[in-house]
Amino acid sequence: MSEAEPRTNQELHEIAGREYEYGFVTDIEMDLAEKGLSEDVVRLISSKKDEPEWLLEWRLKALRRFQQMLAEDTEPTWAQISYPKIDYQDMRYWAAPKQKPQLESLDEVDPELLRTYEKLGIPLEEQKRLSGVAVDAVFDSVSVATTYKAELEKKGIIFGSFSDAVRDHPELVRKYLGSVVPYSDNFFAALNSAVFSDGSFAYIPKGVRCPMELSTYFRINAQETGQFERTLIVAEEGSYVSYLEGCTAPMRDENQLHAAVVELVALDDAEIKYSTVQNWYPGDENGVGGIYNFVTKRGACRGKRSKISWTQVETGSAITWKYPSCILQGDDSVGEFYSVALTNKRQQADTGTKMIHIGKNTKSTIISKGISAGHGQQSYRGLVRMGPKAHGARNYSQCDSLLLGDQCGAHTFPYLEVKNASATVEHEATTSKIGEDQLFYCRQRGLSEEDAISMIVNGFCREVLRELPMEFAVEAQSLLGISLEGAVG
Amino acid sequence: MSQAHEAARDALLALQAEATPAQETPFVARLRAEARDAFAAQGLPTTRWEEWRYTSLARLVESRFALEGEDTATPSREEAESVAFPVFACGLFVFVNGQFAPSLSRPATAGGPVRVESLARVLTESPETLEPWLGQLASSKEHPFVALATSFLSDGAVVTVPRSADSQTPIHLVFLTTGDEPHLCQPRVLIRAERGSRALVIQDFVSISKQGGHLRNAVSEVFLEDDADLGLVTLQRGHPRSFLTTGLFARQERNSRFASHVVTLGGQLVRNELQVTLAGEGAECRLDGLFVAGDGEVIDNHTLVDHAVPHCTSAELYKGILDGDGKGVFRGRVVVRPDAQKTAADQSNPNLLLSDGAEIDTKPQLEIYADDVRCSHGSAIGRLDEDALFYLRARGLGEEEARRLLVSGFAAEVLRGLPDEALSSTLMEELRKRLGRREPGARA
Repeated sequence: MSEAEPRTNQELHEIAGREYEYGFVTDIEMDLAEKGLSEDVVRLISSKKDEPEWLLEWRLKALRRFQQMLAEDTEPTWAQISYPKIDYQDMRYWAAPKQKPQLESLDEVDPELLRTYEKLGIPLEEQKRLSGVAVDAVFDSVSVATTYKAELEKKGIIFGSFSDAVRDHPELVRKYLGSVVPYSDNFFAALNSAVFSDGSFAYIPKGVRCPMELSTYFRINAQETGQFERTLIVAEEGSYVSYLEGCTAPMRDENQLHAAVVELVALDDAEIKYSTVQNWYPGDENGVGGIYNFVTKRGACRGKRSKISWTQVETGSAITWKYPSCILQGDDSVGEFYSVALTNKRQQADTGTKMIHIGKNTKSTIISKGISAGHGQQSYRGLVRMGPKAHGARNYSQCDSLLLGDQCGAHTFPYLEVKNASATVEHEATTSKIGEDQLFYCRQRGLSEEDAISMIVNGFCREVLRELPMEFAVEAQSLLGISLEGAVG
Repeated sequence: MSQAHEAARDALLALQAEATPAQETPFVARLRAEARDAFAAQGLPTTRWEEWRYTSLARLVESRFALEGEDTATPSREEAESVAFPVFACGLFVFVNGQFAPSLSRPATAGGPVRVESLARVLTESPETLEPWLGQLASSKEHPFVALATSFLSDGAVVTVPRSADSQTPIHLVFLTTGDEPHLCQPRVLIRAERGSRALVIQDFVSISKQGGHLRNAVSEVFLEDDADLGLVTLQRGHPRSFLTTGLFARQERNSRFASHVVTLGGQLVRNELQVTLAGEGAECRLDGLFVAGDGEVIDNHTLVDHAVPHCTSAELYKGILDGDGKGVFRGRVVVRPDAQKTAADQSNPNLLLSDGAEIDTKPQLEIYADDVRCSHGSAIGRLDEDALFYLRARGLGEEEARRLLVSGFAAEVLRGLPDEALSSTLMEELRKRLGRREPGARA
């Protein structure tokens, strides 16, 4: 260690002790359900949303499955994370802004809400006019403003809240809901399927290239409210869509559970690009508060030559449990996973992907970059499976970890299962700290230690960051900077 | 646990009760009893166990085993020597169905300073000398097969390399399985390389049984004191219908060097558990492995390198060749403990699939709790390089010959690294024979 250590450590503590910048609470009236999970609550959610009978039935089936798993105590424990047992009866499963606005323009939106977005740095008006991004802002559980809908409609693209889709396009929702992630898929998916509140739905018709990035900003607001989003994106033959998901959350002391499900379906020659920047409240330096993020994300490349690409930058949450996956059914289909995960303070992340190769000549790429600082613990956990019929399938995986500080950990758990001799799988992983010589080189050229670290980390993550759409790439870079500054090893 | 697993466990427990211990030394009796309880509690692993998810014991639990060697006659010296690898000028120690066979051994010829004794004999004559070592590394609580072996603890080899001894001649331990009735045979090996010593030990598991069907369950514990340098070669040539489970547990003190080579050329089910604890600063270990599985064979290598202290180095290379409907499993776990700064750990696991029915499941795994480390692992799975094949064909080699040459080349990286040249060329030859066994027409 260099002699500069004491000063460096001091800087580290100063910056590590920095308050969560986006921690504030919006004070608007909430419509809350009683605490606890029961058939009544599921029926209440369903009736509040005027859902058709089949959807209620589906929710109830999921509820029964979940209650069964709860009784059998099959909450997953294999991940490299630890957290106090969650009492699923001690939280609310429904919260919505009091009035569900039906608005055409932003003027009609509750000004309090708009101020929230401004604090978050999401100027809806600006984005609407300048960036060409349609924003479906989900405030807690119900969509309150959807922009650019009219323009998308001209192309035949359906994009809006999940509830609206259930109302306006029940046949589509019914056809695809649960077809990629069945309600019985896993513990958290079953919970989500029973009580999902809202989410986004996108449908891109045959041959249409979506002219803009579709984007949803999620925001958890009500205290003690789990958020159960459900997203479904269907790309018909030959279509293309890029979807952005980004999150920040206010500072809270009580842990908040988030169990989302995202399903993607790509038919022949279709391509879906799904990008996430996740910056929920990570908890304070003692690990108090912070979001529990248990997400099931899965895409099915059903069609020939289809492609699904996941890109994620995970800097928030106390616990991240997330494995965006691709099922490569169609011949020549392509799956990609680009991930940057950062853990600091007491954050724990167990994240990775599954690439299930079923069709011929399917290809997948996995690039995972993990950065661990403070007392952060993170794991890459991934599966690459080459089925017996996946002739000529290929996979390339690279998992690199960077360690900043001697209290953190970085772990790699790749599973490679190959049942076809013509398949090729390559996996590489490295773990190291930032080299003293790299730092010295930068310092010598007049960069502060923090800038140097930020620069090295951004370089380390470049392969992933360049996969992000412009708007996100900028946000992601500054996020990494904020989350890491001072975390010098 | 399935009913079949429970029934198999109970049959083994009954067998254990039947096998009366030869000695009554309290610490041995305690070891056995604890191991028995641990085995009873754990039972036989199912594929629901994370560590066994790719390796099914379905065929093993259907088998019933007799106690070792009841139906067998001791083979002749010629027979033993014809199957043991010809490592010249070595100390040869033969164990028939787990029991030391002095008539087949030639310890005096060239054993050098290294002491090799029968475990059963030491347990009778001076059991107290084993108490600080026996069962200290191989945990019955964590490994059901170790528990099973320890609950039967009776014979095997005790190898001692005295302080500062430099043994020029290898010690060759041959574990012969004979007899046609499926039996259980559990040799135990304890190796102690004292301070500053140097030696090479070969453990050779070989079967001359016609029917096969045995379960061999071997446990080796290896202690390397400061500055010791030990090579350990494990050769496994199982009967295509027999089961082999092994546990190799090593602990290294300051500046010691350990090189392990595990070469597996078949067996219905082979499971190798290898754990090395780097417990003294400056220790180095190199773990190499080569496994070849053909039709109906499953070979599973589980390795764990535990970097417990700073400034240690580990390097691991395991190569798999899978043919027919053979299946390979590799799990390579590297743990770097919180204070083990300046650790360097490398691991590589390339695998070759030669036919469409072949399968490999590999899981390289890094768990790192220190920051000033340099760790990497790599795994690759593929078939023979078409360009290289074409190159050889263009130079007039037949397709089969070209394939065999490429596969041998792939394996040579591990075999050429063996510390004994005679052994390395014998094994290359053995491998070529083994590859020649492929049915013609089996194509990649």
